This record gives sequence, C-alpha cells and structure tokens, in this order.
Amino acid sequence: MAKLMTEQRFASPDDVYQLLIDSHRDLTPDQSTRLNAKLILLLANHIGDAEVLAEALRVARQGVE
Amino acid sequence: MHATFSYPKYSFTPSEEQRTGTVRRHPVVVIGAGPVGLTAALDFARKGVPVVVLDAEDTVSVGSRAVCYAKRALEVWDRLGVGQRMIDKGVVWKIGKVFNGDRMVYQFDLLPEPDHKIPAFINLQQYYLEDFLVTEARKSELIDLRWLSRVISAKQEADHVVLQVETPDGVHAVEADWVIACDGAKSSVRKMLGLEFQGEVFKDRFLIADVVMKADFPAERWFWFDPPFHRKQSALLHMQPDNVWRLDFQLGWDADPEEEKKPERVIPRVQAMLGADTPFELEWVSVYTFQCRRLERFRHGRILFAGDSAHQVSPFGARGANSGVPDADNLVWKLALVLDGKAPDSLLDSYSDERVTAAKENILNSTRSTDFITPKSEMSRVFRDAVLELAVDQPFARSLVNSGRLSTPTTYTDSPLNTPDSDAFAGRMVPGAPATDAPVERDGHAGWLMEALDGRFTVLYAAAGDEMGGPVPAEVAEALDGLAAGPLPLAWHAVTERRRGIAGELVDSAGRLRERYDLTPGSVYLIRPDQHIAARWRRFDADALSAALNRATGR
Repeated sequence: MAKLMTEQRFASPDDVYQLLIDSHRDLTPDQSTRLNAKLILLLANHIGDAEVLAEALRVARQGVE
Repeated sequence: MHATFSYPKYSFTPSEEQRTGTVRRHPVVVIGAGPVGLTAALDFARKGVPVVVLDAEDTVSVGSRAVCYAKRALEVWDRLGVGQRMIDKGVVWKIGKVFNGDRMVYQFDLLPEPDHKIPAFINLQQYYLEDFLVTEARKSELIDLRWLSRVISAKQEADHVVLQVETPDGVHAVEADWVIACDGAKSSVRKMLGLEFQGEVFKDRFLIADVVMKADFPAERWFWFDPPFHRKQSALLHMQPDNVWRLDFQLGWDADPEEEKKPERVIPRVQAMLGADTPFELEWVSVYTFQCRRLERFRHGRILFAGDSAHQVSPFGARGANSGVPDADNLVWKLALVLDGKAPDSLLDSYSDERVTAAKENILNSTRSTDFITPKSEMSRVFRDAVLELAVDQPFARSLVNSGRLSTPTTYTDSPLNTPDSDAFAGRMVPGAPATDAPVERDGHAGWLMEALDGRFTVLYAAAGDEMGGPVPAEVAEALDGLAAGPLPLAWHAVTERRRGIAGELVDSAGRLRERYDLTPGSVYLIRPDQHIAARWRRFDADALSAALNRATGR
C-alpha cells in the first residue's frame, strides 16, 4: 500500500517554503484561492494515487474543525 | 408555437370486465404506458404472457422530454422488434464536446470500437419513441392497452393485488397476480404504498427550449461552461429529428420558472446563442429542477417498481429512460418464469437487488455530474473552475471535466445469479456483464450476435478443432439439445471460424466474437434472457451448465 511520506524530503526546506509564499505575492485572497486549487489538482495528478491523497486529506483536516 | 408532430389521441373503450361488471384476475397489470411500461408489455407479449396496460392519459409524452437513447436501451428495443424504426428516425451520434467559454476543453467518443449493430446513442423526441412503442404494442393480441384508466388504489392480498381503476365510465376493480408500477417519478402507486423516495434535491433550475431551425451544427452533444452567450451558467445543444434542436440553459435557483417560460424571456436567450439573424421557431419550452432519489427496494410483495417510479436522476448523463428500460428487461423474463412455475418467486428479489445496484451507480454518476455543473459550496465552485481552467492546456484535467457521464449498462458483478469464474478469461465479458455485440453470419446471412440472443437463455459453444472429435463433439451437442428441449426457454449456438454446416452456427469470420469473449476452442458461455453473462467455462461440463442454469433462475 502506498503511504503518505511525512518525513522531511527537501534539500532546502526554506527555499521551498519561500517558493510557496512568493507565488501568492500581490494576489487577492480570491486569486490565491484559485491558485491553490489549481496547485492541488496538479500535485494530486502528479502523485497519481488516490490512497495517498486520501491520507493527506485526512491529516490536513485534523484540527480544522 | 410551431408543431412538427401531431399528437395521436387514443380512444377509451370500456373493457369487457367494466361493461359486464365482472372482476377478472390478470397475470400481469402494468401501470403506465410510458417507455418503460410499454417495453415491459412488449417483452411479456414476446414471452407469451398476456398483459393489461393502464394509462391515465390518452396520448403520448407531451413535449420532447427524454431525448437521448443509449445503446443498451436500443438493444432491448431491437430484441423486441422496434429498435430499427427508432434508429432510422433518430439522429445517430457518439461524439460529445465540452467548451469552457469559447474554447473546447474536452471531447469524448462513446463508441470507440467498430462492428456493433446498434449505435452508441440516438436522439429522438420521446413522443416519437412512445408512438412507435404503442404502434408495436397494438399489433399484439396479448397486450390490452387501456387509456384514460387511472389507478386510484392498490391493495395487496395474499396471492394477488386489487386495483381500483377510474375511467370515463366510472370506477371498477381489476385484479392481478402481479403489478408493475411504471407510473413515473411522481408515481401514485408509490404514494399509495406509503413508500419513501429518498435522496437529494438540487437547488438549480434549467430551461429547455426546443427550437425548429435549419442549422449546420454537427450531430454531436455540445456542452458549454460559461459560454459567451450565457455567462456564468452552462448550456447544452443537441440535434433531434425534423430540424428540432434541444437547447438547455442553466438558470440558477433564484430564477422564476413561470417568467422564464415566457417567449419574451426565452427568445433573447436563444438569439444570443444562435446569433440574431438565425431564424427559428420555438416548439416546446420547459423549466425543470431535478432530484436524485430512489426507493430502497423495487419489489414490494406482488408490486414491482420500474423506471422513474423506482429511481430518479438528474438529466445529465441520460440515465433516466436509459436505466428504466433495463429495469423492464431485467424483470420480465424473471416474472415470466415465475408465472410459468419454472422459478421460485424469490427470483424477483434478484430483480430488486440487481436494479438497485444499477440505480446506485446511476445516482452516483448523476450526482457527481450535478456537483460539477451546479457546485454546492464556494470551494466546490473554486475546484470546478480550476479544473476548467487547467483543462485548456493540461491533458489530465480534461478527464475531470464532468458535463454528464453518459449512460452505460450496469454489470451485475455481485449478483447471486452469477456463477463465479473457475477458469481464467481476459476482457470485459465477466459474469454479470451485458453481452457485447459482434458481427456473425447466420444461415448464410450477415447478422449480429445480439440477434441470436433473442430473449431465451443462450449457450454459445466455441467450436473445437477436429482433434477434440469435430467442431461440436456428439456428447456436447446431445447435452445442449437436451437442455434446449427442457423446461427453460433456451437455445444454443456453435461459434465457428468458417461455415461448418452446423444447425444454428454463428460464423465468426471476422474473429470479433472470439476476440471480445476471449474464446478458445471448447469455451462455453451461458447468457441470460436479458443478454447478461451468467457463466462461462473453458471446457464443456453438462453438470456445471445445469448448476449455472439453476443458479441463474434462483433455484
């Protein structure tokens, strides 16, 4: 069974975090929401595994409600 | 409004039982002469079962209503002798295109493989379809069509049902061993029985405008999200016979249905779509909302529900009539066997099980399409719009675009009537699957496998080579002839590569049948009267075949 990888995987974590933040620069909250939705769809397809996605969604939802 | 069709008026003739004040017991009464009820009646007549059909009205469907008829429903009608007339009159199509704004983002082909008798889809106004079915039903002495006959109560007794029927001549009682309620989404029989119809109601409204015009759009399904002529909503275009075009506009929940039906509201919408200089006339206008709901079970004692009375879906995907017709197809052979004493009435529970499975599948697909077309939350709309935006350049996103997943037949994977495979087979013809077609030659004429699956159980035997004792070994032929002469309606056919002179042989010279059923010499398929696969083996075994027949008939 495919498993969601949660250990640190980036060579340079700070660069990746900055990439995410910078991509939203100058966007309105609505535009950012659109960007995020497209990003999620692109990454979900890249992962290509519904089980991993389901696990990621489960973890992401923790503490939200 | 313009009329391309003149509605027939069927006259009321009091039945003998009403005139003479006697109460008769009929084996089967079908309530509702719509596509599903008429299909059931034709199938009963084919099987030699007399049937009374009661309908509250005296004409066919008013308005084009259901327009898209799928391959599987057409195959059922073809078996009943009316499919070709529908195909000849209808607009045959298989390509769907989806646009976002004015850009095409997705295209699908519903029948990508060649060599099938029946097309993927036709478009035909429901009134034509019902007219053809009524015309066919009137040819049969076994079908007693009673118009202006409204069922006002239904009472189940231990071994029959008593219906009170209101006609222009008053109310009288009709008794039936079995009742099939095909009385539509607003089924009064369902209400009489107090049955819950559970599911979702969607908060959106759609306008249907059927227009008559000369246009050169292709015979394809075109669906728009956010088109330039109808911003922020969806629209649909479909060709029908007689230069009638189905236009469908999403209006939103706040639209006033009475206002939106007025020509002064409809005509500007149509002009925006077609261009101000395209002449057209309105034929039929309707504003609808929709639901995805079903009964928990389709059998209630001696009353069986079929079609919209049992399950209702949104129109996206053409899964209404196209799932009602297979209900009739599934039910009639079972009930005919029960009436004939050849199967226990528990076989009818499998009708409910199998068709509830199909209804769940249809409701799931229909609900998903509706969630895409009418997003229920802000985030649902954000994802929908993101999919549409990505679909322009990103191939993966195109498969997520959901403007309706069009009706395909259900495979009864978990049906207790199936005999699970004991041998390995490749391909789609698993037990429970609807049989797929292939070209074959019969009696020297080009024909189709589906024509050989004629409403009886059918055994296909893939002829073996001479090393196995000739194309059909004598003991195999003897066993199959024995079954064909037995109590169950059954026929068998040898499948040969070239003409071998065997009675009933299906000559598979193109090899499509062998390919689609993964046949090897000696392979055997048992196919049900409704053309679903019941069992298959690599080698003939008379005992296994008998056991599979028992299983498929609930014995």
